[in-house]
Amino acid sequence: MSNQKNKAQRKRALLALADGTVYEGVSIGAEGETEGEVVFNTSMSGYQEILTDPSYAFQMLTFTTPHIGNVGVNEEDVESDRVHASGIIVRELSEHYSNYRATGSLDDYLKDNNVVGIAGIDTRDLVLHLRSSGAQMGIISSEDVSAEELVARAAALGSMEGRDLAAAVSTQEPYDWKEGTWSLGSGYKEYDDAELDKRPLVVAIDFGVKRNILRLLIEAGLRVRVVPAATSAEDILALKPAGVFLSNGPGDPAAVTYGIQTTRELIGKVPIFGICLGHQILGEALGAPTFKLKFGHRGGNHPVRDERNKKVEITVQNHGFATDASSVPDGVTITHLNLNDNTVEGLEVVESKLFSVQHHPESSPGPRDASYLFEKFYQLIESNKSTSVAS
Amino acid sequence: MPKRSDIKSILIIGSGPIVIGQACEFDYSGVQALKALKEEGYRVILVNSNPATIMTDPNFADRTYIEPITCEFVARVIERERPDVLLPTLGGQTALNVTIELDEAGVLEKYDVELIGASVDAIKTAEDRDSFKKVVDACGLESAKSFVVHTMAEAEQAVASIGYPFIIRPSRTLGGAGGGTVEGPEEFKEKVAWGLECSPINEILIEESLLGWKEMELEVMRDKKDNAVVICGIENIDPMGQHTGDSITVAPIQTLTDKEYQLLRDGALSLMRAIGVDTGGSNVQFAIDPQTGRQIVIEMNPRVSRSSALASKATGFPIAKIAAKLAVGYSLDELPNDITKETPASFEPSIDYVVVKIPRFTFEKFQGVEALLGTQMKSVGEAMSIGRTFPEALQKACRSLETGRVGILGGVEEQTGDIELLKKQVQKLTPERLYQTARLMQLGVSEEELHELTAYDLWFLREIRKIVDVEKEISVSGIANIEEALLRSAKQLGMSDVRIGRLLGCKEDEVRAKRSEYNLRPSFKMVDTCAAEFASNTPYLYSTYDSAPESVPSDAKKKIIILGGGPNRIGQGLEFDYCCVHAAFSLKDAGYETIMVNCNPETVSTDYDTSDRLYFEPLTLEDVLAICEHESPFGVVVQYGGQTPLRLAQALKAAGVPIIGTSPDSIDLTEDREQFSSLLTELELKQSPSGTACNEEEAVAVANKIGYPLMVRPSFVLGGRAMAIITNEEELRGYIAESVEVSFDRPVLLDRFLSEAIEVDVDAVCDGDTVVVGGILEHIERAGVHSGDSSFMIPSQTLSAEVLQEIENATRALALRCEVRGLMNVQFACNKSGLFVLEVNPRASRSVPFVSKTTAVPWAKVAARVMAGDSLQSLHESGLYGDIAIHKSYRDAVKRIPYVAVKESVFPFVKFHGADTVLGPEMRSTGEVMGIDDTSAGGFVRAHVATGMKLPQSGSVFVSVRDEDKDELGPIVAKLVDLGFSLVATEGTAKTLSAGGFTVERVNKVRDGSPHIVDRLNEGSICMVINTPEGTGPLLDSRTIRSTSTQLGLPLFTTIAAAGAAVDGMELIAQGQGFEVCSIQEFLQLL
Repeated sequence: MSNQKNKAQRKRALLALADGTVYEGVSIGAEGETEGEVVFNTSMSGYQEILTDPSYAFQMLTFTTPHIGNVGVNEEDVESDRVHASGIIVRELSEHYSNYRATGSLDDYLKDNNVVGIAGIDTRDLVLHLRSSGAQMGIISSEDVSAEELVARAAALGSMEGRDLAAAVSTQEPYDWKEGTWSLGSGYKEYDDAELDKRPLVVAIDFGVKRNILRLLIEAGLRVRVVPAATSAEDILALKPAGVFLSNGPGDPAAVTYGIQTTRELIGKVPIFGICLGHQILGEALGAPTFKLKFGHRGGNHPVRDERNKKVEITVQNHGFATDASSVPDGVTITHLNLNDNTVEGLEVVESKLFSVQHHPESSPGPRDASYLFEKFYQLIESNKSTSVAS
Repeated sequence: MPKRSDIKSILIIGSGPIVIGQACEFDYSGVQALKALKEEGYRVILVNSNPATIMTDPNFADRTYIEPITCEFVARVIERERPDVLLPTLGGQTALNVTIELDEAGVLEKYDVELIGASVDAIKTAEDRDSFKKVVDACGLESAKSFVVHTMAEAEQAVASIGYPFIIRPSRTLGGAGGGTVEGPEEFKEKVAWGLECSPINEILIEESLLGWKEMELEVMRDKKDNAVVICGIENIDPMGQHTGDSITVAPIQTLTDKEYQLLRDGALSLMRAIGVDTGGSNVQFAIDPQTGRQIVIEMNPRVSRSSALASKATGFPIAKIAAKLAVGYSLDELPNDITKETPASFEPSIDYVVVKIPRFTFEKFQGVEALLGTQMKSVGEAMSIGRTFPEALQKACRSLETGRVGILGGVEEQTGDIELLKKQVQKLTPERLYQTARLMQLGVSEEELHELTAYDLWFLREIRKIVDVEKEISVSGIANIEEALLRSAKQLGMSDVRIGRLLGCKEDEVRAKRSEYNLRPSFKMVDTCAAEFASNTPYLYSTYDSAPESVPSDAKKKIIILGGGPNRIGQGLEFDYCCVHAAFSLKDAGYETIMVNCNPETVSTDYDTSDRLYFEPLTLEDVLAICEHESPFGVVVQYGGQTPLRLAQALKAAGVPIIGTSPDSIDLTEDREQFSSLLTELELKQSPSGTACNEEEAVAVANKIGYPLMVRPSFVLGGRAMAIITNEEELRGYIAESVEVSFDRPVLLDRFLSEAIEVDVDAVCDGDTVVVGGILEHIERAGVHSGDSSFMIPSQTLSAEVLQEIENATRALALRCEVRGLMNVQFACNKSGLFVLEVNPRASRSVPFVSKTTAVPWAKVAARVMAGDSLQSLHESGLYGDIAIHKSYRDAVKRIPYVAVKESVFPFVKFHGADTVLGPEMRSTGEVMGIDDTSAGGFVRAHVATGMKLPQSGSVFVSVRDEDKDELGPIVAKLVDLGFSLVATEGTAKTLSAGGFTVERVNKVRDGSPHIVDRLNEGSICMVINTPEGTGPLLDSRTIRSTSTQLGLPLFTTIAAAGAAVDGMELIAQGQGFEVCSIQEFLQLL
């Protein structure tokens, strides 16, 4: 377990931002160069889940928590099959780790996933900078390149706006999901087909889905079939789903035109639940466009209020775009607001049996205050089944 | 939903005197709550017996009762004030306990007082082991296997099922008194019996041992809409087995995955709901098996706590303030986050730094007590530090302790290289364990082996290894050629200049110069609750060696830095924090920008809104200089934080820092024996004969010249550390042998001890021209008892007008001659031969809060303005202080005080099994209480009851006094007999009493064999003990009597004067009129 490497042996690395700001630190993970939008996450736990969240595709993640890597990595705490963040920026990479479930170090894990990172920089200063200047493109490099060149190349990367990243992270083939949630001592629960076959089918459109969403859909009593992002409404309806789930994912929702089109065609035909990018796509489909936030919401401590019962939930957030409240059309209810900046956190159309949330009720990592929404989706499907039968 | 409009008045109960397990964190919480509730327009009534608190300042509540926190007295307050509601969750266990008593006595029902914050059911469920366990089960959580027992027989059955080792946890005790680990059958009987004894309801829990498990705490809050949040997770570096108050802790939690952490979070929130904490904060403690992750709920406190104060300081989230607002009906989303102002309080703080809390111990004060830690809390204070990384925060915490420690290494642990010895030592739970562990690392022992020996998590050990490794690199370097990169990594690991200097073989200032050459300076960053996600306008700052500076000093021209007192310890605690807070308030009012520097998380001074800017930093020269360089203040106040900042005065001055108030040279003048003696001669003031000595032979020679008995002590002391009264040469030689260790390079001071003298404390303010005497405090104990331990009263009761005038004249002369600018405290002793000056301290003293509270003059505020350059005359004209102080003569002014206020001290002897309880020149009290009444006897009884003691109404009193006290004993025992008490005495005293015509029962001394006095004490046939011991030698007989009495909770008087005052009080109780209560605001209106 002792994996002592001297900092001095690490290569120098630079982080260059599009606006010309440069930080010098040391290379962690794979050596080389990487690029993406530089964002920050204020969660104090769960770095492995965050790194493997497909929503972070083409983003370089700054962790505000100074020590990262303390509990190493393991095979359980993953939200997809690989690291999706395009780079990692930390104050202090823990080269040693200590946790009974750990199977390796974060540094080795980054190397295995070919993820370039930088450590030893003043991450608080970087966050203050991003807060005032906004999230922007950047490059991390441990190559022998001048800062000027890196800045120029970072500036040339443009913006996140208009980028469809969902197609790239989505599954290429449909598949069935059978895993339930994790519990201490016994790990993840596996469900057998005989049991799942009895359940209502939910088709989950994978724009970059986190596994814990699928696990919670299973735990809610549903059967889950995951389909590629570009699956048409026709193909989905052919599966005779009892409900459709629109997943989270990376990039600009407005650029996922095929997803928006599919969703438009599904509305009213089947109960729908959307999370994060899925929520934004649903909003677009209902006629409410999105806009880019200055530096986004990424963390595990955002207060969201259900405006119907005024209850506050502490939520997990990871989004750079938000639904524009002022253009939400009549008939669509804004059910939830983010209390930090009053942005839209939830939409609902009761008659169409659809609802969505901007935050991440599946947590992983983060507080699980909103996990009841999966149960709500199940109830919605059940109630639809009975009304469908009745009609 | 806004605040409740159906309630108008709110009763708040404080936590009383500072004791181990309940310190000034409850003043901090209380002050926040009082401010929050007043701001909402409620009428707030406060009961707290502790006069040194900020919360009992008359302007914080509408009515403040400085009365004992007992059911009887609080019931009187309720009867008189008829509050609509009682908020019981801000005054620690004391307030919860008295609330339950009030409920059980029907008082709450009778006067229709509603409980807010927590219900009686919730309090009882959380307290009662059985019901708590049921709730834990119902929440789907796990408790440790355990049994509640009330008898030895039940205990035996329980152990048969659990096995050894097991833990004892007594019910309803403070800081776990009476608890402990039982390793094997040989310890069974003694420890179980002691635990049962300590519990007020004779109930203990016998529990499976979780020794070596991880220990975690969550601070949670909930509002009436059932919104619930976790404010902070805290990880104990010291694994299970050591009381969390005695553990080094770190925030945020470092060694849990998110999956494990969310289980804790869900568990803590569901527990809070199930227990029924409707609004406010709670603390939930968990143990986690490091091998399997199995989680066990340890306990829950449905109130603000020491941990919630720590969590507030660690995150910037004001738990007590928010708890108060939630209690009156607000919900979390209706309240703003105080730090960002823009975002709501309904969130969970995210922190981008590491906080380390480290406890401060004072075992050296309790001779004969082994420094062992366990489930019963022993520490008297704590320091907190903030760094960007764990090693940085840890080393800053070490040097915040002010024990001379310069980092994780560099203390006594380095005096041995004996690996086997150290390995044995680290397996014992002691305050030195982590340092010894680092030492072993330095000696080449692997982290894996150390983990096996200590159960410290490997993550922490490997972080400490980084420090050890860099130290090694530095030690082979030199100051001339040390590389910038190496020096930078040392600083980033929190290494102090002093430590680096020692490793390099150079002075601290050479390291500072080197840093300056490399432009290696700390940057100051903000604590903002949100990891920089939102802008913050509250300058709550810490230093770190990170690349970019964040905090920019304001361009205010008039900035004053106030240096705080650091961690609480015996001799330096709440009273000094009170003064620092008053300085901040006063100077802020006068238009200065105030800057507080302190590292004690329990205090009001480290609340982010006490000063304009707060630096949460160690109070060492290096750290303070860095702040001064950053801020360029107009002045720095060193006289308010006790000995801590005073020690820095000369060095700060030498570095060009402007010290305001009395100059460091004047301070030194009063500390230098010879200079001070000649000054007294010049002023024609008397001093008891004295001398100094640098070694044993010199000391004996000096002693022979000035005569025994002697008072001896090392120079530069606070709280009487290592002081003693010596009656013969043999004792003197013994003392020198020990005390040289205490202060190696400073001489020992010897004074002729003044017997039969009354001691007097004087607090005064001087502006260079005018001297105003604030208070002359007459001690109840005779001279020889440390002034911090003595009881005293205002106004003085026995000193003649002439003596008062003489004291006042002497005080004026001393203040002017010493060129005091600000506060000064003088201690006098007077006996038949006249008035003697004992010592002069040109700084804030422990008695300032008491004097201020009883004379209605905010002396610390007045003096702060004087230090900033205002004259007393102009301050008086501006209305800062009222009539009582303008009198040219204190003697005249004090005549207008129509009441008597008595201060009594509170001692931690019950926590130090076997310590002698006799009072002497070494201060050992942790806190104080005040009793205020029309008469001195009434004041004394109130004070005495407030210390937690019950004065008996009938029974047998054991009397054993030294020869000198025998004359004074007569009138006291006569009163006891009149009151119907019978007398029990051993031979000598019995003879005296018989000769005086009293009926007395003789009892054997211990050495005469059973049945002896200790047997009688243990069987419960003695109700009170008067025992004034002879000399200071280890008189085991009387020591056993005293420690037995203390452990049994019997009223025990070790000075004849205190016994006299108590008996006067008992007379008063016997008259049976009961005690009226009156608020301090009403008392002060009489002036």
